[in-house]
Amino acid sequence: MTTLVSRREILKSGLAVGAGLTLGFTLPRRGRAQTPGVFMPNQWLRIDRDGVVTITNSVPEMGQGSLTTTPMIIADELDATLDSVKVEQAPANPALYKNPVTGSQSYGGSRGVRDHLEMWRKAAASAREMLKQAAANEWGVPVESVETEDGVVIHRPTGRRLAYGQLVDKAQALAVPQNPKLKTPDQFKYIGKAVKRRDTPDKVTGRGIYGIDVQVPGMLVGSVERCPVFGGKVQSFDATATKAIKGVKDVVQVSNGVAVVADNFWTALQGRRALKVTWDEGPIAQVSSAGITREYEAAAKQPGQVARNDGDVDKALASGKVYEAVYQVPYLEHACMEPMNATAQVSRDSCVIWAPTQNPGGTQATAARITGLPPEKVIVNTTLLGGGFGRRGEIDFIVDAVETSKAVGAPVKVVWTREDDITHGFYRPATYNVFRAALDTNGMPSAWSTRVVGPGILIQKGRAQAGTIDPAAVEAVRNMPYDIPNLRIEWNNKDLGIPLGFWRSVGPSQNGFIIESFIDELAHAAGKDPFEYRKALLGKSPRHKAILELVAKRANWGAAMPAGQGRGIAVVFSYGSYAATVAEVSVAPDGAVKVNKLVCGIDAGIAVNPDAVRAQMEGGAVYALTAAYYGQITIDRGRVQQSNFHDYQMLRINEMPVVDVQILDSGEAPGGLGEPGVPTVAPAVTNAIFAATGRRIRKLPIDRNELKRA
Amino acid sequence: MISFTVNGKQRQVDVPPEMPLLWVLRESLNLTGTKYGCGIAVCGACTVHVDGTAVRSCVTPVSAVAGRRVTTIEGLSARGDHPVQRAWTEVDVPQCGYCQSGQIMSAAALLARKAAPTDADIDDGMSGNICRCGTYQRIRAAIHRAAALKKGGA
Repeated sequence: MTTLVSRREILKSGLAVGAGLTLGFTLPRRGRAQTPGVFMPNQWLRIDRDGVVTITNSVPEMGQGSLTTTPMIIADELDATLDSVKVEQAPANPALYKNPVTGSQSYGGSRGVRDHLEMWRKAAASAREMLKQAAANEWGVPVESVETEDGVVIHRPTGRRLAYGQLVDKAQALAVPQNPKLKTPDQFKYIGKAVKRRDTPDKVTGRGIYGIDVQVPGMLVGSVERCPVFGGKVQSFDATATKAIKGVKDVVQVSNGVAVVADNFWTALQGRRALKVTWDEGPIAQVSSAGITREYEAAAKQPGQVARNDGDVDKALASGKVYEAVYQVPYLEHACMEPMNATAQVSRDSCVIWAPTQNPGGTQATAARITGLPPEKVIVNTTLLGGGFGRRGEIDFIVDAVETSKAVGAPVKVVWTREDDITHGFYRPATYNVFRAALDTNGMPSAWSTRVVGPGILIQKGRAQAGTIDPAAVEAVRNMPYDIPNLRIEWNNKDLGIPLGFWRSVGPSQNGFIIESFIDELAHAAGKDPFEYRKALLGKSPRHKAILELVAKRANWGAAMPAGQGRGIAVVFSYGSYAATVAEVSVAPDGAVKVNKLVCGIDAGIAVNPDAVRAQMEGGAVYALTAAYYGQITIDRGRVQQSNFHDYQMLRINEMPVVDVQILDSGEAPGGLGEPGVPTVAPAVTNAIFAATGRRIRKLPIDRNELKRA
Repeated sequence: MISFTVNGKQRQVDVPPEMPLLWVLRESLNLTGTKYGCGIAVCGACTVHVDGTAVRSCVTPVSAVAGRRVTTIEGLSARGDHPVQRAWTEVDVPQCGYCQSGQIMSAAALLARKAAPTDADIDDGMSGNICRCGTYQRIRAAIHRAAALKKGGA
């Protein structure tokens, strides 16, 4: 029952499974609703005459646990036995499987549970009502007198029982109730309980199939040589030496460069090394990090678009001492452990794709555009994802595979190297942020001004109108929770053309850091405790306050610490959830920072699978800490200067702090979990560094040289 | 032709001698449990055992394992029940899972050297393996658990 979706898809296609795993051509499943002997009240679940419940999971499994959480929700409301339900991954079919909130079959923004919970519960509850009705009809008793339990309808007064499998034909004939009665939380059997992940057995034995593991009969393997400069194009290329290599099958120009297609990846790489490509580097070849910073500095002197304006900031600033600070954050790359890849099989009348994608809908649409096929002729098989973090919502790696397969007339898996991945990503924007504030006679902020300078991801991607305020750029700044009478937030769009992407927690990844650092500066300037200071300003934000109090208490906030150690605190709302962190750090005389402990609190309304919540918070903390310690992508003449994990470093186990996750079940609407664990960690750590050393970190990553004690 | 033993079976491959073992395993022998992460031996996703020692297969030329005994994640145990795999399951270590084959192979090699590794031993033995999902806290707990399981503890 723990077999992964990708394998099940294979089983269904009737092809061999095992060490020599081969994926075959998969036909679209048509007319499933009319299949005799199958009760399928909606696209999310079906039950066959043997009582086997099959749940369709539309959310790609990128590590967050959707293969476990989705069936938990549906099985609970259906009253099916979770251990015996099957799960399969939805094909690309936005009409059936789109996210009901965003309207697209693309998954980011920590939307797995929060956007689907209600819909899935209703889908399952309506199925349960139909099964109950079918049994009640069979027995000639009122439907109110029957109940369900573990896949069986029961009539307690007479002790009669009918298993779901015995009711499928009768249930299928009934009308689907549109407003079924949902369980009350006390009736939940799985929701809210720590449930083991279904995908673990395949992930500890090497059996799980990621995109990079896909094999198709007759498949070739390609790798694309890309212009080192963003936006550069192929001017010409000489593939003579490449084609002379044994095993190289073809060399074709594609949108993103020159694809070398070979029997295997290793040979394709040799082919890339032998290629001679002349590039038209384009205008971004003039762009370097130092120049970007200069442009940001200049823009920071100009007023920006006003995203929020409460009271009269200028007047309030003129009335007292002004505290000023500049905060800077760098570009960041996602660095999914599985390098980008996709497999495509383009033929005259169909296109089949196997991809580790967060965006099956976009994958289908992209392939349809490239091939000229109608979308329904594009079959998308979503494999396991070796990390997503927002990178796999992009479609560049899909384009590589579809164009290459189309060009060579064979199924092709296009695989990126780690270097391709680091140097051709979609980066978390670098930003430059100017703060000004004044304090009243009690030391509380009477005026606060933040001017954010940086590019807008949504505007660059054409998903927000140019000239408007990019919501992602000011998220967690515009809606900062502190109650300050005179408050102005401005944004100055400065886009130098570096490709931008949604990096786990997006805008709040940097805005949480800057806001939670500057409020900390003000607390210290006022001579107040940073926790009490925040609390006093959170009168209108009770959920911020509650989670802040929870972590402070848990971390024994205020207790004395040895010299060279400190505690820092931060609270940020993002993706529907409230998160707070207390960090405990030590700073050695040589400036080395060690985070000893993080107490991470989360109020996501409801924790469907508490152990998965803990895992996401632990992972979010590591993602954030990695960036705070090491994360920095720099640009030289339009080229990324980092290339692999030796110069774009990741946190390792020897640097791992204890992460103590505290869950606050507030009973509010469900919030996200993949991202909200990220934004509070960097400011909690740098605030703790200040507490330990008196040195304020205003630029990430942390420069240990600045913390050296002479 | 280069001959070596993989997961107890004698295998022969006709590939260039400098081809990394990683790609021979993945593409010639269809053992895709061993993963590509960096290609320069800094992430550990490709970790396998050669004569019982953990090595990074992405920088190991296949010629270097001629006549030797290679074990991959697929061959660590017959039924996926090596103490490390059992502990990983109990603790629910994996998230995306991509790095976990390498983590498990490193952990198994560590436990073969040190029956009861300390936290410092775990840092030494496991710091060559990157997990981008951040499962390190669970990896540490699972290694201690695996040590107990191996010893016969409950």
